[in-house]
Amino acid sequence: MTTLVIADHDNESIKAATLVTVAAAKEIGGDIEVLVAGDNCGAAGEGAAKIDGVSKVLVADNAAYGHQLAENIAELIAEIGRNYSHILTSATTTGKNFMPRVAALLDVAQISEIVAVVSDDTFQRPIYAGNAIATVQSSDEIKVITVRGTAFDAVGAEGGTATVESLDVAKDAGISTWMKEDIVELDRPELTAAKIIISGGRGMQNGENFKLLESVADKLGAAIGASRAAVDAGFVPNDMQVGQTGKIVAPELYIAVGISGAIQHLAGMKDSKVIVAINKDEDAPIFQVSDYGLVADLFKAVPEFDEKL
Amino acid sequence: MKVLVTAKRVVDYNVNVRVLNDHTGVDLNNVKMSVNPFDEIAIEEAVRLKEAGKVEEVIVASVGPKTAAEQIRTALALGADRGILIETDEDVQPLGIAKLLRAVVEKESPSLVITGKQAIDGDNGQTGQMLAALLGWGQATYANELELGDSSATVSREIDGGLETLEVKLPAVITTDLRLNEPRYASLPNIMKAKKKPMDTYTPDDLGVDATPRVKTIKVEPPPERQAGIIVESVDELISKLKNEAKVI
Repeated sequence: MTTLVIADHDNESIKAATLVTVAAAKEIGGDIEVLVAGDNCGAAGEGAAKIDGVSKVLVADNAAYGHQLAENIAELIAEIGRNYSHILTSATTTGKNFMPRVAALLDVAQISEIVAVVSDDTFQRPIYAGNAIATVQSSDEIKVITVRGTAFDAVGAEGGTATVESLDVAKDAGISTWMKEDIVELDRPELTAAKIIISGGRGMQNGENFKLLESVADKLGAAIGASRAAVDAGFVPNDMQVGQTGKIVAPELYIAVGISGAIQHLAGMKDSKVIVAINKDEDAPIFQVSDYGLVADLFKAVPEFDEKL
Repeated sequence: MKVLVTAKRVVDYNVNVRVLNDHTGVDLNNVKMSVNPFDEIAIEEAVRLKEAGKVEEVIVASVGPKTAAEQIRTALALGADRGILIETDEDVQPLGIAKLLRAVVEKESPSLVITGKQAIDGDNGQTGQMLAALLGWGQATYANELELGDSSATVSREIDGGLETLEVKLPAVITTDLRLNEPRYASLPNIMKAKKKPMDTYTPDDLGVDATPRVKTIKVEPPPERQAGIIVESVDELISKLKNEAKVI
């Protein structure tokens, strides 16, 4: 039994999500190999070889894989993946994009966003926006799985001594072209990697008021998030959204400001270690999951909190 | 140009879902059912393309029980032209749905398929990509902007950390994210008109598709509950608790 983990990387280095996926692979058992497919991705391949618990790294270095185009990557993975019992990747927007394509090419089901490994063919995953947890068993010979980034404790990024093998397989379907990317340059940590997150909801009233949160975030080294209500109202862009339809996060400290606590938001943050809620409505559902609740007008409480930090 | 869109029948997003006591699933008795919200965005996008003169016909398909005809009617009321119900009472999983949709695509030859990025019941997020793979088509998932040309589509996509723009050759599959558009409400005259629009019904057997599930659900449980904590009286108390009790700042 050997698991192939498809690395999430930026050609230079391995992203933290991959360490979580390797942790899930360890729980399944058997050997773990990692595929790094990219363009000029040798450095990422070397990084993957140091991951704790990995026995072999396959590096597919080709321009066709440079932007992780699903059509090209999926063909590569489906071709080499036939020799493995499990194929895993992180449930990032990259992994979620190409992995179902891999499963279909292999004519197997995919098990999406697992949060626990029960056995080598049985897994747990949230359904209905996290309102239920399903235990599912796959009857397919190859298990194609995406792993939720907050559900397992990351393995060490150092200490492994895997062999590195280069793969000379070029798959270019020629049906899609990468044009450009607009990545928001943040001075702050990324939402899914942040230890502290401060999020605003509809109670923020407009986008301008998110400045109140920025000042606090700068002091705490926190990332800034938002509820879907704040995104739908146009206050902030969608990539700030925390929730079932946005990012799933589990920081050490989550501060919810002016967020009522809709089910879909709770599904994205309820695994946080400590939750603080600041809301003027004492009946807001967010107080049912918060460790520390402050019933107050956010426009008074947040500046005071900021000043006293 | 023809466009195929999907309309999955799911528990309405406003319903507070309850897990059954015997842990076999969630309670669907007397629960309001609706079109999957991400599919609604797909339908809206296709209808706007038609209104802009870029598309001649919008076909809407749904895989599900007889009652899924209601979701097709909703899509027809929103502006789709014709419905296809693939009727089955079995649990059909994403790979099976993708195979059924492939059969529809082979019958209808659309240039574009638009689906929701995921359905809000199973939260699998697989069908669009699987369909694209089975057809050998290009894909653009999590679309937040779509520009349709004659032989290609330029799509801006929501990715972790920002946006990415791809160009995919047609035919292609596109899956929708939240910001692509804001779906309209169906007007009463359009709801009445929708009743007269054509709808064909097939079974998986008619389409020659084996949609047997590959994944068995062993049990469904409620998520672990989080205990409510305390209400603090002031900002000072909050800061003190975070520093001294929780030790997180």
